[in-house]
Amino acid sequence: MPNTTLILLIILLPLAGFVMLGIFGRKYFGNTSGVIATSLLLLSTALAFYTAYGYFFKYGKVDGMYQKLVPFKYTWLQFSPGLSIDMGIIIDPVSVMMLVVVTFVSLMVHVFSLGYMKSDERFPTYYAFLGLFTFSMLGLVVSSNIFQIYFFWELVGVSSFLLIGYHYDKPSAVAACKKAFIVTRFADVGFLIGILVLSYSSGTLDFNTLIANLTSPQTNEYKNAIAASFLGMSALTWGLILVFIGAAGKSAMFPLHIWLPDAMEGPTPVSALIHAATMVVAGVFLVARLFPVYAIAAPSALNLVAYVGAFSALFAAVIACTQTDIKRVLAYSTMSQIGYMMFALGVSKYGGENGLGYTASMFHLFTHAMFKALLFLGAGAVIHFVHSNEMKDMGGLRKLMPITHLTFLIGCLAIAGVPPFAGFFSKEEILLAAYQHNQGIYWIALITSALTAFYMFRLYFKIFWNREHHPLHEHHGEGGFSMMMPLVLLAIGAAVAGFIPFGHFVSSDGTRLNTGFHLQFSIAPVALGLAGIFIAMWMYKKQNAIPGKVAASLNGFYKAAYHKFYIDEVYHFITKKIIFNLIGRPAAWFDKYIVDGLVNATGNGTEDFSATIKKFQSGKVQSYAIYFLAGAIGLALLFIYIWK
Amino acid sequence: MNDFLTLMKPELVLTGIIFLLLFIKIGKGISNEHLLLLLQVLLLLNFLAGFFYNKPGSLFDGMYLTTGLIVLQKNILNLAVYLISLLFANWFKRLQHMPEFFMLMLCALLGMFFLISSGNLLMFFLSLELATIPVAAMANFDLDKKRSSEGAMKMILSSAFSSGIMLFGISLIYGATGTINFTEIPLQLHGSTLEVLAFIFFFAAFAFKLSIVPFHLWTADVYEGSPMAATSFLSVVSKGAVAFIFLSVLYKVFLPLQVLWYNLLVIVSVATMVIGNLFALRQQNIKRFLAFSSIAQVGFILVGISGSSMQGTSSVVFFILVYVFSNLAAFAVADAIATKTDAEEIDDYRGMNKTNPFLSWVLALALFSLAGIPPTAGFFGKLFLLTAGASKGSYLFIIIAALNMIISLYYYLRVIRAVFMEKNENPIEKITIEPSTKLALIFCSAGIVLIGLLSWIYDYIQSLV
Repeated sequence: MPNTTLILLIILLPLAGFVMLGIFGRKYFGNTSGVIATSLLLLSTALAFYTAYGYFFKYGKVDGMYQKLVPFKYTWLQFSPGLSIDMGIIIDPVSVMMLVVVTFVSLMVHVFSLGYMKSDERFPTYYAFLGLFTFSMLGLVVSSNIFQIYFFWELVGVSSFLLIGYHYDKPSAVAACKKAFIVTRFADVGFLIGILVLSYSSGTLDFNTLIANLTSPQTNEYKNAIAASFLGMSALTWGLILVFIGAAGKSAMFPLHIWLPDAMEGPTPVSALIHAATMVVAGVFLVARLFPVYAIAAPSALNLVAYVGAFSALFAAVIACTQTDIKRVLAYSTMSQIGYMMFALGVSKYGGENGLGYTASMFHLFTHAMFKALLFLGAGAVIHFVHSNEMKDMGGLRKLMPITHLTFLIGCLAIAGVPPFAGFFSKEEILLAAYQHNQGIYWIALITSALTAFYMFRLYFKIFWNREHHPLHEHHGEGGFSMMMPLVLLAIGAAVAGFIPFGHFVSSDGTRLNTGFHLQFSIAPVALGLAGIFIAMWMYKKQNAIPGKVAASLNGFYKAAYHKFYIDEVYHFITKKIIFNLIGRPAAWFDKYIVDGLVNATGNGTEDFSATIKKFQSGKVQSYAIYFLAGAIGLALLFIYIWK
Repeated sequence: MNDFLTLMKPELVLTGIIFLLLFIKIGKGISNEHLLLLLQVLLLLNFLAGFFYNKPGSLFDGMYLTTGLIVLQKNILNLAVYLISLLFANWFKRLQHMPEFFMLMLCALLGMFFLISSGNLLMFFLSLELATIPVAAMANFDLDKKRSSEGAMKMILSSAFSSGIMLFGISLIYGATGTINFTEIPLQLHGSTLEVLAFIFFFAAFAFKLSIVPFHLWTADVYEGSPMAATSFLSVVSKGAVAFIFLSVLYKVFLPLQVLWYNLLVIVSVATMVIGNLFALRQQNIKRFLAFSSIAQVGFILVGISGSSMQGTSSVVFFILVYVFSNLAAFAVADAIATKTDAEEIDDYRGMNKTNPFLSWVLALALFSLAGIPPTAGFFGKLFLLTAGASKGSYLFIIIAALNMIISLYYYLRVIRAVFMEKNENPIEKITIEPSTKLALIFCSAGIVLIGLLSWIYDYIQSLV
């Protein structure tokens, strides 16, 4: 059986770090804060690996099926006998995998930041925020109750807000953190209402009971949830779509992706942790957590997941090809890869061989965390070196930064799907799942995979090649051991993680899934990926006129992609022009001319009190009374004559 | 006789304190500082006494009712007044007519106690007047400011008007049912046009007290003009008391008209949230900002009331408890700043966390709670309200309410951004606050954090409903 204390410690150690550094950090710990936080997290990571080992190889499997264990549960608020909010821990293949991913990537980021953030004056605060984030993310992945997940979901949002806005003296960072918070909160409203719908239709908030109630056709809850319909879809489908809106907001799916590129204003290690490996995949995790309900009770909601995922994958890949800020390229690349995970879930079915998409999605989540954290940290090292995010300030760095160069190349090969690196295996499985269940999505995915190879190698050549010598004369080294070690470890992960027989551990129903390697099937994606790499090499290895010509020949399309297809402008138009002008303006007008105007009229130019009284009586208070009476009579008329 | 003493304990103690104040005033009088301390102790004792020797019962032929829940509601209001006496200690000490101010405030509180306990329309009307008129006098207490008199004048005139409408509604109800007793009215209600008209007029007066759109126009002016202690009393204690009696009036007395009032609540609640939010968005003055945001908060309370009676009652009582802490803390910080520096604009708050970290954090916490961001108590309050509202199954209504939470998030964040993230050459100077105020602010902050997390509080409220 799992050791409850150890699992609780995994989650609580980062919290202890947050509390300690948040309260005493600046006064007592100063520059040792980083080491303290890192050692706490090292312990937490070791415990996570230990738990994973125990679960997967010792006690997790009973009769060939991985069990869902709930070693800890505390009833926090009892609404009615069946309906309670619990704080609990669920241990199943997905949550154990996530524990490992989150602690490991977070540890790498902690170590990397020791060098990267060294000269920052708010060093302890930075580590306190990292601790808060890690705690919330760990709490999220082990949630046993849908309400608990919402709680941590919001906490993750708050800590992400704090970290994006970490450089609060930069106006762009302040704007970005606010945007991220409001867009994701908007999506969370969907999630919250989804939770209400799901809990009303299943009569419980507990994940295991909820899934059990809503997936077996003989329960009353299932029958009621399927029967009640609104606008042609069952209440359950609506609930799951609303939950997916929340997931799409967190995971930056189109059209709620607009916050992610701006979130790159945060420190780069933070982007590696939150906006690449952990928080942004929370949406995928959520859909995976409720996957049986999606797959069995609401296939149409799952279809929506598939199409939104596939569209986001392609859409983001096209934009990534045109961006010049290296972190934004990586941000769009993240969005595109999460799109992969989403549609892999979307095309999957529940159980057995048909559940390949589920396994593939989780597998890709796992490998993506490795190579995308690697790429972000590599980009961080580059930015640290040249003090700029723009590609034009880079080029020719391969000799100056040999370790970064090599590890970044491994990351690029992994994401491009070149065998035998990790991305190849997980992407093959996703493509295969799509090929078996939805040919349309398969073709989108194939094109996206070629584009991925192209833009990643465009990035690679622009940073490390493109010109012979980097003009930077003042050479201050690549960064110390603390910055290079995480790169090397993650590069090893990105190189070999693909050989893990993932289907043996994680599958939609807990049974063993054998995922073979299909040579014939792999030819097309690998060939397309290599083609993308060679085109990028031809265009960007040396400075030449080709990219300009290509951009010119694609004039309109290139421009649109460069401007991210004007999605931000569309939002701006809706919020500013439509909402502000049509609703805000009249309301403001009313307030300004009717309410304020009358206040001014009463306030100005009155010397003695009696004159003021007169004005009250002739104007304002009387008009209040008129509104009052009109309101009462209006409501009375409405309810007596119109709405009986 | 014995019954009388135990059942009416909160009212009797309060009356005692009012008489004590009167004697102190006529007699030699003692210094403000000592008197304030005495009052704080007495209010605290009354609050603590509220947890002992309670039993349900009724007096005077059902004119006065009390139950465990009603005692709890009175205790929440008493706690709020206690907090006001601590939070605005600085202002009270310098106030020339402090005994009078407290007499007025406690009279209003006494009116509210009777209001919550009222068992028939006569008692209800009388206590509502007792709860209103002293507040108008309190609003007038910044004697040297014209705006204060203006606000008080507006309040008294509009409340007189609303009382007139309510009295009209009450007489129609009496005409339709032939009784003023709360337990007998529902038996005689059948949904005729006359009853609908009577109910809507009756409702309009409630809506006036709660600042529900379109009966809200007086709110911003009165809030802005009044001294902060009166404003916070008005926005927290008065609102709370009226919301409490509103619950029992709707769920018990007008139960036969349930369909009517449900639809009515949906309409006015949407209007209140939307208009309160839209106006709050563009306010620059912190008092007006808090006034409009409190209008929007009332819209959310209505969402909870529209739910079923069990969930509606417990969620509203819980929300008011949270609201007491959050709103009072926000008002107290604004007051501490305004009395010392005359800064009342949101722009003046820029960069405040550099000079006043304690006040900044308390303000941030209070605003986060008002915006409903977890894990503050305000989040749980909103959540329970929405859950209660959702129990009727009108998801569109809940979606509109939830969207309004987002809009409100935007403007609450605007203040927080000004305080923490914007640069300012001349931020507000360092403000020293009274120890008792500081203590109360810490207490409020602890409440904001803990009330949500300590689940037994909500359980306790539920057990009383």
